Amino acid sequence: MRMIKILLLAVLLIPFVAHSSSQEVELDKAPIDKTDKESLKRGADSFVAYCLTCHGADFMRYNRHRDIGMSEDDIRTELIRTGQKTGDLMEAAMRKKEAEQWFGVAPPDLSVIARSRGADWLYTYLRTFYQDTSTYSGWNNLIFDKVAMPHVLHHLQGWQTLEPETGNLVLTKSGTMTKDEYDKFVADLVNYMVYLGEPHAPYRKELGVIVLLFLFGMLGLTYLLKKEYWRDIH
Amino acid sequence: MNKQQNSMMEWIDKRFPLTATWKAHLSEYYAPKNFNFWYYFGSLALLVLVNQLLTGIFLTMNYKPDAGMAFASVEYIMRDVDFGWLIRYMHSTGASMFFVVVYLHMFRGMMYGSYRKPRELLWLIGMAIFFVLMSLAFTGYILPWGQMSYWGAQVIVSMFGAIPLIGDTLSNWILGDFMLSDAALNRFFAYHVVTLPVLIVVLVFVHIIALHETGSNNPDGIEIKANKDPQTGIPVDGIPFHPYYTVKDIFGVVGFLIIFCGIIFFAPEMGGYFLEDNNFIPANPLHTPDHIAPVWYFTPYYSMLRAVTVNFLGVDAKLWGVILMAAAVVIFCFLPWLDRSPVKSIRYKGPYFKIALTLFVISFFVLGWLGTKTPTPLYTLLAQIFTVIYFAFFLLMPWYSKIDKTKPEPMNVTK
Repeated sequence: MRMIKILLLAVLLIPFVAHSSSQEVELDKAPIDKTDKESLKRGADSFVAYCLTCHGADFMRYNRHRDIGMSEDDIRTELIRTGQKTGDLMEAAMRKKEAEQWFGVAPPDLSVIARSRGADWLYTYLRTFYQDTSTYSGWNNLIFDKVAMPHVLHHLQGWQTLEPETGNLVLTKSGTMTKDEYDKFVADLVNYMVYLGEPHAPYRKELGVIVLLFLFGMLGLTYLLKKEYWRDIH
Repeated sequence: MNKQQNSMMEWIDKRFPLTATWKAHLSEYYAPKNFNFWYYFGSLALLVLVNQLLTGIFLTMNYKPDAGMAFASVEYIMRDVDFGWLIRYMHSTGASMFFVVVYLHMFRGMMYGSYRKPRELLWLIGMAIFFVLMSLAFTGYILPWGQMSYWGAQVIVSMFGAIPLIGDTLSNWILGDFMLSDAALNRFFAYHVVTLPVLIVVLVFVHIIALHETGSNNPDGIEIKANKDPQTGIPVDGIPFHPYYTVKDIFGVVGFLIIFCGIIFFAPEMGGYFLEDNNFIPANPLHTPDHIAPVWYFTPYYSMLRAVTVNFLGVDAKLWGVILMAAAVVIFCFLPWLDRSPVKSIRYKGPYFKIALTLFVISFFVLGWLGTKTPTPLYTLLAQIFTVIYFAFFLLMPWYSKIDKTKPEPMNVTK
């Protein structure tokens, strides 16, 4: 009987251990800290500057950024660049129809991209663009073959090419940032996209602690109640 | 005050059997006193059902069953509706936990022979609840209209297409279109929020009525009604459900809620098992994902569907897969008549049954795990082997349960 219980418990824990993912290229671990509000603000700034032109974040409202410590005024002056109101959704500046004509596919919405791709994938993806004359845009990517998106950040990272023998990327012309600066820049951006995917997540965990504390208290009380009632049985 | 209360109860009892119902189903319903850990899952299933009904109502208030708006409306619930994220996670976690609880509840029945005479009908009603639950899970999973919603449903609907002659017509009739589209989303929404919830509530009610007619089984698998106190007519091993099991179940509920809330607040996606990564991408009928896997609770059956790779007897492999998959679920219904053991409970059954049940549980988990993987020749072979073991548990039961060496059952329940 005890054996079965232990077996069952072990099996119930499998989902925690065995998360399936099949990836040929090893992903780099994204060095992000979801509680670092300064990093999130820098990420928001870069997101608005570089991503929001083509990609929308259609499910996110500008004024939600109060979560990461920005005031209405900050949001109005720093984030909004196209004259929207703070209660508006973060829509792309570019029209979907036109984007489809220019790139072949409309750039995907980025609101929940961190939830489908994961932080590590985004962190690796944004750092592994290389020049490839065989593609339409002149760019290719190590973990997203023949991606339609050109390397928008190449003036920051520099120009990379793929060494066919080793499969490594080499910098042929540097950009305005050093490698460390660029990695940090991307980490902030990815950190922000993780926040964007689930803005309430920090609050969810805070509330969770209170709920669990309450429930553990209740567990003790209900155990005593049960024990008291059951004294007269057996 | 007390007198007033009494006259009030009299007034009601003359018009509605309130006191009689209370006594028959709670304060004078005698349950065996030796329920163990496994007997929490019935009341927990009821708890999860109530959770699904309540959170479902609030989700319905904000969800839009429209192929163009569904995905966005779910994100609207997650972001703009007050505590919408909590309601949504309660519902999505509740769906998975419903299956956890129901699978454990069924396993309890298999261990202690709760399906045996006189509880065959109780078991069958339970199976009907299980079928409705699967339909609810399937129709509900389509609603967020993500990639997995869309392509998972596509796989299921294509199974109807495998039926010879009427297959295509049937799947068109189900979908209301020639492909999975807005029409299907609308009708699946109707099933999910009206038809199936009504059905499941009615069936649960009937399940409880049937249970209270036969009385509960127990870990010893003996009938407590066979041994009544000659004076009072109350089973010697029985105790009133209320207050003893109500207080015990409240403790169980709190224990369950700790796990439930742990998931909701700290791991709502459960590593991609409760909410799949790909379902955060809006449905795209023109782009098939590389890897389609149903949610974990369907994966054992999905493995069996994929396990059949050859055509035989002139029947297509795909159709065999569908038949096998359906049989894997329906075969539970025959358990009351497959088990020929003289005893009910695993405590008094012999080694054959214990080995068979262990192998069955292992095959269920292995098939479940395989169902989440992209098939390779090795995985397909494993799926085939474990499918055979899964069915052998049922089909060989009349034989091994009969020749098994059993122990004598006690007169009274044991601790």
